[in-house]
Amino acid sequence: MSDRSKNSHPLLSIDGIEVVYDPSILGVADVSLHVDRGEIIAFIGANGAGKSTTLKAISGIAGTERARITKGDILLDQVSIAGMAPHRLTKSKKVVHVLEGRHVFSHLTVEENLRSGAFLRKPSRRQMEADIEEIYSWLPRLKDKRKIAAGLCSGGEQQMLAIGRALLTKPELVLLDEPSMGLAPIIVDEVFEIISRLNRELGMSFLVAEQDMRVSLAHAHRAYVVANGHVVLQGSAEDLAARDDLHDIYLGIAEAA
Amino acid sequence: MGFMALFLETLIGGVLAGTMYSLVAIGFVLIFKASGVFNYAQGAMLLFSALLFVTLLKLGWPIPLALFATMVVTVIGALAIERIVLRPLANRSTMTLFLATLGLSFVIEGLAQGIMGTEVHALNLGVEDLPIFWGDILISQFDLYAAGVAITLTLLLALFFNKTRIGVSLRAVADDAGAAQSIGINLNFIWQVVWAVSALVGLVAGLAWGARQGVSFNLSLVVLKALPVLIIGGFTSIGGAIIAGVIVGAAEALAETYLGPIVGGGIQFWFAYFLALIFLFIRPTGLFGDAEIERV
Ligand SMILES: Nc1ncnc2c1ncn2[C@@H]1O[C@H](COP(=O)(O)OP(=O)(O)OP(=O)(O)O)[C@@H](O)[C@H]1O
Ligand SMILES: [Mg+2]
Repeated sequence: MSDRSKNSHPLLSIDGIEVVYDPSILGVADVSLHVDRGEIIAFIGANGAGKSTTLKAISGIAGTERARITKGDILLDQVSIAGMAPHRLTKSKKVVHVLEGRHVFSHLTVEENLRSGAFLRKPSRRQMEADIEEIYSWLPRLKDKRKIAAGLCSGGEQQMLAIGRALLTKPELVLLDEPSMGLAPIIVDEVFEIISRLNRELGMSFLVAEQDMRVSLAHAHRAYVVANGHVVLQGSAEDLAARDDLHDIYLGIAEAA
Repeated sequence: MGFMALFLETLIGGVLAGTMYSLVAIGFVLIFKASGVFNYAQGAMLLFSALLFVTLLKLGWPIPLALFATMVVTVIGALAIERIVLRPLANRSTMTLFLATLGLSFVIEGLAQGIMGTEVHALNLGVEDLPIFWGDILISQFDLYAAGVAITLTLLLALFFNKTRIGVSLRAVADDAGAAQSIGINLNFIWQVVWAVSALVGLVAGLAWGARQGVSFNLSLVVLKALPVLIIGGFTSIGGAIIAGVIVGAAEALAETYLGPIVGGGIQFWFAYFLALIFLFIRPTGLFGDAEIERV
């Protein structure tokens, strides 16, 4: 990982953001973090800690849910993206957000779902076919289901589809919100294996919000723990995984020493 | 005329007339599906475009030019409504949105009549309503054309929704607007497209209805005919709108012929609603309404 130091500035950098939902519900109080190129970052925390709100603030989805960034800034490649509309961010900044809870287009077929991910690039027909084949090679489970309505796929397949659809935007940074949610452990491992491979082989960066500490720390380079809207702990994934007070910090009942 | 011939004639007439209801209902379905707005102003938009078209004809414009100008003005008007009225209200309650379109419908009707007058204009599209005989059975040529237009329009929309990038995006937005945004689909653009397409469908419906019953304020009341069609077909299915339109048309015609004499006429004013009520009891989402597709 030494080549990472070549780029002196991080890919994504969040400086002390506060996010408030309309009219005045605090979503996140004080979050700072950064993602370097080629990193997988685990962003862990309990229910309501502020993980999703942070990801939505980055992707701009917060704006459409009537939430505002009231303090701090979000920089991508040293340029502020705070408040940028999601479609512009995905198109011009190559950041894509995979929403919590497997938001596939349930009445569209699996393949139509994938296609829709490529629309913003307006690829030629040949390019589109090639891109989709490539996704099938990463996520082979989807190929057999290509003609099936996405709503009829299993939970694991839907999570893979949501990821595959996001990959078709050809992102540099993927914001992944709780990919493990509601999935059997064996499927969760499979999803994280794929994330690790995408990271190793394509150099894609990931910011992964998770409640599942075990699997996310096993696959991440570094991690941040968020509790009650504050980042309370950060460090390398190995260091964090080795701490025996991690669980209490995660729950917000112990302070990091 | 034999029993069978009368029955068939009534049925065919009803089915063909029903496609005219479908035309109106499709305009509602498009906007409702993509944005959850029940656009009450669809009727007013339809009246506006028909009125504009006859006014231009009266001024001596040739049909193709008048049609083109009407299309342009209608689409621009629809885009303006989306941008100025609906977009700032995005994320508000369904009731707020409905009331906004209700208010809008009065504004449009008022404007249209203020500028273009309140008298009833005849609209001649050059399609004569000659009766065609098929054996014993009489079919209205006008209805046949109208049905042809409805079917063509539906096929075009089906192609648009299934084969084009914008069409598939539109269905994606209808399914899950948040997810659509997250992969770079511009919701505002999609809503603009939907309003434009729906205005064009309204234009076609307005011309068809205008040619049949004259262009006047009454035209905006076809909304009330579309409502039972939407309840029966489901608010989110174009196919449903077509089939329900046909069902309503056929049922109305049959009821008028066979029940009318018993209950003493006027049945066409309420029978569609009666039918819709029955559907509400047995199938509240309509024939093809979106029951969630989900695994249990
Ligand atoms: N749409 C919303 N409107 C108002 N408040 C919200 C909204 N979404 C989240 N919040 C609030 O913001 C805080 C942070 O929620 P967030 O969804 O970011 O947590 P999370 O860490 O993603 O939790 P989970 O693991 O349950 O998904 C919570 O107190 C929550 O109630
Ligand atoms: Mg969350």
